Amino acid sequence: MDKKKLSSIALRIRKNAVAAVHAAKSGHPGGSLGIADLLAYLYFEEMNVDPKNPKWDDRDRFVLSKGHTCPAYYAALAEKGFFDTELLLTFRKPDSILQGHPDMKHIPGVDMSTGSLGQGISAACGMALSGKIRNKNYHVYAILGDGESEEGQVWEAAMMAAHYNLSNLCIFVDSNGLQIDGPVAEVMNPQPFDEKFKAFGWNVCVIDGHDLDQIAEACKNARNSDKPTAVICNTVKGKGVSYMENNVAWHGSAPNDEQYAIACADLEKLEKELDA
Amino acid sequence: MAEKLATREAYGLALAELGAKYENLVVLDADLAAATKTGTFKKAFPDRFFDCGIAEGNMIGVAAGLATTGLIPFASSFAMFAAGRAFEQIRNSVGYPHLNVKIGATHAGISVGEDGATHQCNEDIALMRTIPGMVILNPADAVEARAAVEAAILHDGPCYLRFGRFAVPTFNDKETYKFELGKGVTLADGNDVTIVASGLTVSIAMEAAELLKGKGIGARVINIHTIKPLDKEIIVKAAMETGAILVAEEHSIIGGLGSAVCEAVCEECPVPVVRFGMNDEFGRSGSAAKLLEMYGFTAENFAKLAEKAISLKK
Repeated sequence: MDKKKLSSIALRIRKNAVAAVHAAKSGHPGGSLGIADLLAYLYFEEMNVDPKNPKWDDRDRFVLSKGHTCPAYYAALAEKGFFDTELLLTFRKPDSILQGHPDMKHIPGVDMSTGSLGQGISAACGMALSGKIRNKNYHVYAILGDGESEEGQVWEAAMMAAHYNLSNLCIFVDSNGLQIDGPVAEVMNPQPFDEKFKAFGWNVCVIDGHDLDQIAEACKNARNSDKPTAVICNTVKGKGVSYMENNVAWHGSAPNDEQYAIACADLEKLEKELDA
Repeated sequence: MAEKLATREAYGLALAELGAKYENLVVLDADLAAATKTGTFKKAFPDRFFDCGIAEGNMIGVAAGLATTGLIPFASSFAMFAAGRAFEQIRNSVGYPHLNVKIGATHAGISVGEDGATHQCNEDIALMRTIPGMVILNPADAVEARAAVEAAILHDGPCYLRFGRFAVPTFNDKETYKFELGKGVTLADGNDVTIVASGLTVSIAMEAAELLKGKGIGARVINIHTIKPLDKEIIVKAAMETGAILVAEEHSIIGGLGSAVCEAVCEECPVPVVRFGMNDEFGRSGSAAKLLEMYGFTAENFAKLAEKAISLKK
């Protein structure tokens, strides 16, 4: 798929994620906007998945370890055809399959229930280990938050992935520099990610997490690696919505109607620029 | 005297035996394979055994990931570190998605012995009981332990299996024993009082029933190997027919089988229930035999408590 199309999908993911959070009057827009480019690339270029057969055993797997950014995840799954886009407006409602954090029991295309930070990466290791045990060729991808990596379990998993040579595992560290209580560097600094993952025995690359060429290069690098790969993605929390960018206030709050209108205008402007 | 074997030994043997029958069975441990006895499986199936190191939270998450792909993982550690340390991983990564993960928790209760309070888990049943959809199995002897392992494999969903370190008498017959998940087993009949026991306390309860018989008291003994889902029918029937219950378990009296029995009886047929287990306190170091005697895990004490239950009848 050409880059323009992927960029356009990423923008639709952003718009639909913000729409879902606005409709729910609750959710996490900042981090969702920050991972839209990664999700667009993974679901529309990199991963081998089939929306008609979501449980297909040979599919590539994806785990959103930072489960709170599911508005973008749900938007990507809807865009891919796993379920109807209209469902996004039922986000966080009691009778909706789109619960506040991903629920694999009820959402087609969700490979692991996540939300409690630090746990998704372990499940991703389990899926990758199963691929090795069963001689399957699938790959396992996960997105991990930079704040999330303060959980010790992340490093337990990092140790294990290298120990068992899980070369079929690729983790994207969404390094947007912000967590609920403030800048990650001030709350509890987990940097440097590249040196840490290298020390744990991983293949590491550092990219701009919004640059589709760099994401493509990182995925290629991961596929050819004989070690698990950590892609450190420098990202902008709130990317694409002017007032949300790099503003921690938008970690976990929903825009009101007026703010939502601005967000839509911002993203539509980007769409027009892309078309021009 | 019956032969004695710790249920953890039977667990390791069962895994090694059943590994041949169930090819999708895999086993994880957290650096305790020699003690949990999963090492027996490792020897038989080295390619299906994965040590996760001393990192129980990650082990449970890895088990969850394995289960999403159709494998049946048994994740093992001491009860303290499986149910205790990894509680939230079990709750969110296994319980919530209802994944087919089996938690093989050994060294439950005070019969851990010399390692003392830090390693004696008297809280695991209380913790696991609160997780929706969790099945809790607590076998009483080696025969039942083997059967519980296979029942867990055949059950689709999360399952917590509790095993002991201390050798206990094997009273079930290997050839004829049938394990029915969720069903209590009446081991002795009687209509004056019921002793509900589980795990290590079952054989002690049977001895207590003999002592009571000598005094002309008919004690019914019920073995609850499945603590969740609880066989309410057998409990309520016993409440109706015997009018008083002693629950004896190697667990805190808060939140375990005693609490579960009280919940069932209170709602459907209130009768006096005496709870025996570890009181609201931590254990101590010492030989398992010494500790069990010290904390009252004796037939004489169970008989005395059963009589107390009878005395509370109106």
